[in-house]
Parts: sequence; C-alpha cells; structure tokens
Amino acid sequence: MVPIEYYLILSVVLFAMGAAGVLARRNALIIFMSIELMLNAANLAFVTFARQYGQLDGQVFVFFVIAAAAAEVAVGLALIVMIFRSKHSIDVDQMSSLRE
Amino acid sequence: MLFDYMAIAVFVFFSTAIAVTAILLGGLFGPRRKSEVKSEPYESGMIPIGPGTRRMPVRFYLVAVLFILFDIEVVFFLPWAVSFRKLGLFGLIEMFIFIGILLVGYFYAWKKGALEWE
Amino acid sequence: MTTPVKLLDFITILPVIFLAAWACLLLLVDLWVKHKRVTAYLAALGLAIGLGLLWYQAAWIGNAGFNHMVVLDGFSVFVNALLLLSGLLGIALAYGYLRRMGIERGEFYPLVLFSLSGMMLMAQAADLIVVFLSLEFLSIPLYVLTAFAYPKAASEEAGLKYFLLGAFAGGFVVYGIALVYGAAATTALDGIIAAVAEGRANLSLLVSGAALILVGLGFKVAIVPFHMWTPDAYQGAPSAVTAFMSSAAKLAGFAALVRIFALAFSSLSDDLIPILWGLSALTMLVGNLLAIPQTNIKRMLAYSSIAHAGYILMAFTAFGNPGVAEVSIAAVLFYLAAYTVTNYGAWGVVILLERAGDLGLEIGGYAGLGRKYPALAACMTIFMLSLIGLPPTLGLVGKFYLFRAVIAADLIPLAVIGVLTSLISAWYYLRVVVNMYMRTGDPEISPEPWALTITGLMAILTVLVSLLPGWLFFLASQARLNLF
Repeated sequence: MVPIEYYLILSVVLFAMGAAGVLARRNALIIFMSIELMLNAANLAFVTFARQYGQLDGQVFVFFVIAAAAAEVAVGLALIVMIFRSKHSIDVDQMSSLRE
Repeated sequence: MLFDYMAIAVFVFFSTAIAVTAILLGGLFGPRRKSEVKSEPYESGMIPIGPGTRRMPVRFYLVAVLFILFDIEVVFFLPWAVSFRKLGLFGLIEMFIFIGILLVGYFYAWKKGALEWE
Repeated sequence: MTTPVKLLDFITILPVIFLAAWACLLLLVDLWVKHKRVTAYLAALGLAIGLGLLWYQAAWIGNAGFNHMVVLDGFSVFVNALLLLSGLLGIALAYGYLRRMGIERGEFYPLVLFSLSGMMLMAQAADLIVVFLSLEFLSIPLYVLTAFAYPKAASEEAGLKYFLLGAFAGGFVVYGIALVYGAAATTALDGIIAAVAEGRANLSLLVSGAALILVGLGFKVAIVPFHMWTPDAYQGAPSAVTAFMSSAAKLAGFAALVRIFALAFSSLSDDLIPILWGLSALTMLVGNLLAIPQTNIKRMLAYSSIAHAGYILMAFTAFGNPGVAEVSIAAVLFYLAAYTVTNYGAWGVVILLERAGDLGLEIGGYAGLGRKYPALAACMTIFMLSLIGLPPTLGLVGKFYLFRAVIAADLIPLAVIGVLTSLISAWYYLRVVVNMYMRTGDPEISPEPWALTITGLMAILTVLVSLLPGWLFFLASQARLNLF
C-alpha cells in the first residue's frame, strides 16, 4: 500500500501550487482554476485522513466541498462572462475602475 | 505486496505490446499516398469550416453553468440511494425537500428564460 | 453514536430553516410580482417572523441539534437577533436606493435572505463542516449582491475581485479544516476539545489548521494583511449592499471566529496569541493610516471598517485566558452591536447623498451640509464621533469595554496601539465633520422616507444607548458560548 505520507505530501504540493497560481496569474479563469486546485488538495487530505482513521466523516465532507465548489463555479463563471461581455478582457490587472 | 499489482503489470505490458505491434506493422507494410482530403481534420464527415479555436457563443456558458448546478446533485443522490433502507422515511422526506429546493431553482431559471435558445 | 433526528433538532435552527424557505418562496413569488416594493415588504415580513421565531426559540437555549452539528446558546441568539435586525435595516436602506439607481431587481431581497440564513447558521455552527457550509452559503449571495449594479463596470469588477479573494479564503478554510480533521480525527468542536484534553491530537497539525482557518476567516472580516478586497468591494458594490455587507458579514465572521477559537482552540492560545497580537496591531495601524488619504467616502468607510475589525480582534487576543475570555467575548459582542448601529447610520447618510453615476460620494461634496440640512449633518457628526470613540456615543462605550478587556488581559502595548490609532482616526473622521460645517457648498439629498428614518433612528440609538449602556452589556455578557 502507498504510505499515508505520500498522499499528504501530494496534497500539500497541490495546495501550494494552487495558492501560488492565485497570486501569480492574472487571468481570472486561471486564478479560479487555481482556487479549485486548492479545494481539491483539501479533498485529497480529507480522504487520506478518513482512510487513516477508518472513518466516513472525511469522505462525506468531500461531497459537501464538491457541491459548494460547484455553486461557486456557477457564480464565478457568470461573473467572469459578464465582465468579458463588457470589457472583452478578463485580465485582473485591467480592472481599474476602482482607484486607490 | 507488490505481487498484487502483477495483474496490472501484465495488462499494461500486453496492451502496450499489441498497440506498438499494430502501429509498426501498419507503418512497415501499409501504402502511403498523401492527398488533400486525407490531411484534413476529421469533423464527423462534414466539410470543416474555419479554424478550430474560434469563439463559442456565450450562450453555451449559461447552459454549462446550469448543467453543473443540476448535475452535481448526483453526488448526494448516490450515497442516499445506497443507504436508502437504513435512512427510512426520514431520508425519503429529506430527499423530497432537497429536490424541492432544486425545483425552485429550476423554475426560476425557466421563468427567467435561461432555458430558451433564442 | 449518532442519534436519529428529533423535532428538537429542527427547533434549534428554526429561524434559519424558516428564513431559507422564505427566501426560496420569495424567489418564486417575485417572478410574478410587478412592483418590486411588494417583494421588499415580503422580505421584511419574513425577517420579522424570523425575529419572532428567535424569541420562541430562546426557550430552548442550552440544546444542541443534529448530533452536535449546531448549538443553540445565548451567544447564537444574541448574534442572530443582531443579524436579523441588520437585515431589516439593510432592506430599509435598499428600498428607495435600488429604484433611484435603476437597479430595482427583485432578486435583491431573496439574496439578502439567503445570505442572512447562512450567517445565522454560522453563528450556531458547532462543527467545522457546518462552519464551511455556512461560510459558502453566506458568501455566494454576497458575491452576486456586490455585482448587483451590472452592467456598471465598477460593480462588476468589485464582484469579481470579492469573488476571487473570497473563494481563495474559502480554500484556506477548507484546507485548515482538513488539517484539524487530520489532527483530531473529528471536525466537531467538542470532539476537538476532547481530543486535545486526552492528548490524542497531533498538536503541530492542529496549530497549522487553526492558523489556516484564521487566515480564511480573516479574509471574511477584513483583517490586514487579508484586507485587499475590502476597499474595492465596498466602493464598487451598491451602497445599500455595502452597508449590509460591512455590518452583517463582519458579525457572522467574528461569531464563527470567536466560537471556534474560544472553544475548540483555547488550548492553543499560547501559540496563537502572538499571531493575533500582530494581526490586530497591524490591522488597526494599516486600516487607520490608509483611511487618511481617501477622498471617496465609501472607500474611507471601507478602511474604517478594516480598522474596526482590528479593534474587535484586539479585545479577542486574550481568548485563551478563561478569566478574561468571558469579559472579552461580551466586549466583542457589545462592540459588534455598537458598530452595527453606527455603521448603518453612516451608510444611511452616504445613501441619502449618493446620486446616480457615482456622484455625491466625494467627501468634499459634503461641504455645506451643516447649513442646508442641519439635522442630517448632526446625525453624521454623531456617527463620526461614535466611530472615533468620543462621547456621547455608543462608540465610546464600546471602546471602553474593549480596552477594559485588553487591559485585564495584561496586553498593555496592544491597548496603547489601540488608543493611538483611535487618535489617528479622529483626523479623517473629523475631516467629514469639518467639511459639513466649515466649508460652503450645495449638496443635494434624496428625500427617501425609509433611509431618512433609519438614519435618524440610528443617531438617536447611538446617543441614547450610550447613556444607558448597562442593559445591552448585560445582554452581551449573558450571551454565553457553549457546546452542550
């Protein structure tokens, strides 16, 4: 069997990649995909721990995270499409109607 | 413990071997005659129009979003169905409420014209 | 281990269930309603019934529901009452504003109700799963509300920014919960306490999980350095939404923060106090300093709300000390109530002066208000004094309780930073007052009965309750946290 640690290391790497992606990328869609990566890293950690403890709780949590993520996707895509319609760009650096 | 994976290893070996053999044999013995029609991308038998990366109408996004919203609920249906007997009447009522909430969203989308294709 | 669901379980979250169901119905009813004012009144009726149910529910204080997923304690009833009232105030402010701005869409009211039911669930959450779900439940409608003035570019951008950073914060919360689950083998708050007490929990994993949850909730309540979205979202969102968001979302966020940290993670306070100390000091400093150069009133109030998150966090820094925790939680609740009242009043004035096309939002545009509309200027002066923390206002009483808690916890340097930054804040708050009385100008207000009533009422409350604050503080100190 693959040791638990491997899954956890993979999950941490995925989470870090997602967080780095959010901070480094400027395309709203890619930022959004990075956020999904973070959520799925957490899902992996949940399933791993649930298996380690022989429980179902962690796996059920994953269902909820997936459902909440889907709701976020719906709202997020709608916002992104709306912005694209009016600005023809989804580069977050060009969103400067609000000034400092 | 590694022995458990033996079946997979055998499977991977044979599938790779068969695929590689087929490609090699085809490459060795098959005739090669290039023509205009053959180099076209295959588009279900239709004559291809325009480049492959053109923009899609934004309407598709709306459909996709609605699809995700109503599709993801299966995540809850499946475990519910598996443990249906254990949950009993309470589980049934809960699921009706759940579907009721979904229906509210469905009627809203319907009435707002999100399901129309203009 | 798990018990079947009983009727009592539903009573523990009765107002939440009712409000969510009412919002669903309202969404459908609104499809056939021509005049959106009807929707507004129906939404307000729903909130009023919700308050009634909360009153009814209060008899069952001391119960947990759904296998300890939610609890009904004094704390949650206090917070939920504030949330319902703040929903009523938000709808009253939006009532005329939405029509005037040409964004009178019926979805506004169901969205507010959905968001509120998420917030109320959050105040009752006794399991990290419920915390996460209610966090999403309250946030997603808020993202939509922020972008509610589409196709106005500023509102759309504010919505996208709020959405991206809010979802980012949600990712931190989920990962933090995953780590806590890994450390304690449970996500129930009482289970975490038990696991720590029995020495079963992996403490380093638990501390990392708690820190990630703090980051995620810190985004929600706008703590520096997780505040980047706040000025843009507050400025771009329609003012009525900002008023609601800055009061109610802060309330819910702090309710969850207080419950999770004061109960489940109180044993980790030695590790977390330096972090909270730094965050609150940074939040007070950055919020107040960045508010000074602002010329737009919405942006100024956004930074001011960041600064106030810092003051609240300051009182909560000593949450691990059991003797102090009770006083500090009461102080936090009192301050949240005081801030809600003052904040709604200030936003009421902003809404009255705002005109379509983002006009009337410059602080310079408040010049001459004192001569032309003396009563409104007096109200605004009261709110500004309250935000600084000067007499005779609720802000002073609230700050007094906050500082008392901090000093009781022996965090004198933090209290000094708090006092100094309050002095700094006088600079930009009083600038509004100076503009109103000392400069000449010709501001226009929109005579909206509801917004005028709310503004006046909040001004009266700000002064009156500050003269007799005892009962409110009594209520706040009775609002005990519990898990049962």
